[in-house]
Amino acid sequence: MAENNRAVVKLKEKFASSIIEVVEFRGEVTVTIKKEDLLAVLAFLKQALQYNLLTDVTAIDYLGKKEERFMMVYLLYSIPNKDRLRIKTAVSEAECHIESATQVWATANWLEREVYDLFGITFDNHPDLRRILMTPDWEGYPLRKDYPLQGPDREPYKGRLS
Amino acid sequence: MATTEKMTLNMGPQHPSTHGVLRLVLELDGEVITKITPDIGYLHRGVEKLSEHRTYHQVLPLTDRLDYLAPMHNNLGYILTVEKLLDIQVPERAQTIRIIMAELTRLESHLVWLATHALDIGAMTVFLYAFREREVIMETYELISGARMTSNFFRAGGLSQDVPPEFEKKVRDFIAAMPANLDQYEGLLTTNPIWLKRTVGNGVISAEDAIDMGITGPALRGSGVDLDLRRDNPYSGYENYQFQIPVGEKCDTFDRYKVRLVEMREACKIINQALDRLKPGPVLADCPQVCYPPKENVYNSIEGLIHHFKIASEGYPVPEGEVYQGVENPKGELGFYIVSDGSSKPYRMRIRPPSFVNLQAIEKMAKGAMIADLVAVIGTLDVVLGEIDR
Repeated sequence: MAENNRAVVKLKEKFASSIIEVVEFRGEVTVTIKKEDLLAVLAFLKQALQYNLLTDVTAIDYLGKKEERFMMVYLLYSIPNKDRLRIKTAVSEAECHIESATQVWATANWLEREVYDLFGITFDNHPDLRRILMTPDWEGYPLRKDYPLQGPDREPYKGRLS
Repeated sequence: MATTEKMTLNMGPQHPSTHGVLRLVLELDGEVITKITPDIGYLHRGVEKLSEHRTYHQVLPLTDRLDYLAPMHNNLGYILTVEKLLDIQVPERAQTIRIIMAELTRLESHLVWLATHALDIGAMTVFLYAFREREVIMETYELISGARMTSNFFRAGGLSQDVPPEFEKKVRDFIAAMPANLDQYEGLLTTNPIWLKRTVGNGVISAEDAIDMGITGPALRGSGVDLDLRRDNPYSGYENYQFQIPVGEKCDTFDRYKVRLVEMREACKIINQALDRLKPGPVLADCPQVCYPPKENVYNSIEGLIHHFKIASEGYPVPEGEVYQGVENPKGELGFYIVSDGSSKPYRMRIRPPSFVNLQAIEKMAKGAMIADLVAVIGTLDVVLGEIDR
């Protein structure tokens, strides 16, 4: 179970106050932590528990579903132990920024740029925070739930008329 | 006293050696590269946004179009993620056919990589040979799915249909001829002095740097890190197959070339083992909530028609939760992360694209090199822009 997961045991010892929730679903462990402790937790997982590969960084928009609108997701993989761990932390719309994980892994650079580009979450101490997929002058953040599928200023697609 | 100043050179997005619409802004000191700024996004289609507005079944064709050189493997990654959410078991025969197609796809992707990589460096003959073999794989695709590239063949619970009887012979003949073909490519390249001059010591990235940059797949194994999800976190029954995982030592373009060539030989072995395991049986799980009914029921009975109509129009609800599934794509780890809110459409679908993450290392690998060596580095990273831009 999730409580016996090697990372969860150690995290509960060291960061007891910052863990909000531990969930296991289909064999995958997700730990939700407080935003302030993100870098400390990530660095600890990398150095002490051999989660040396940052597989992915992404975000989820819970517009109208949760109190804090965004959820940042960090997917870690341990090459020596061959297991995964997912770290999540909530980011509110009012304070839409978070520490950059580039200080722990260089690969976070482009992944965070993509989150900034598509969700509008800014990363503090990021070396090169620019849009990456959309053009530099683009307005709005396409993966937000309130951004229309067809793009701005266009009628919604109503299906074929014939 | 003559003064020199640095020059900015624009490379791409329309450039034959960038393998698609990749734009690189180079800062040059003479012919030596001092800075590389990649500019991507020319092919952005908003696949992640689109998938939030489609049923799980309708998302599948979008995945073919990510890495268009490995469509079946993309389908597999997506379908495995949906199956993990649904928690359904796939029949043995469907799993075996999936593995055959996934490995054929690996061969196809590596063949195109070899062909274009060699062509970029100036060895044109290999291109013609590799595309000759690729054509057979494309024909196999067409035989089973009706399309050469946009296969859309797998379904949650199994396959869209069983393979035709001539499939097995076609694949067996192809695999029997493949080792000799690989010898032929190697004969043209492996000891070729020009090839060695261009690849040995080019694009070096150490194991630590490669892990720090998040590189996966053959590019990581070329740097000596032994990581392959097929063995380490097996999916779709890969635990039942014996195969070697090659790793490089010198972390350069030549080692990555060797790794991919050995991988092609190993893919042939996996396909042979899978063909031996192929037994008659169903190819779709017995799960009517998710799986379409057989076509003869749809055409001949009202119940079958209603069943088909219901899945096609409403989709199927997927339990609430979130899962991630990574698969060892020919380019690296392709991952799908789906958050479900219990409806028939994904609440959020994230695609973890291997090419996107691998491309990030280009500056580290090609800084200080000549422009011609940069072309070799783009080739050895084996990126596909359809997947980078999504």
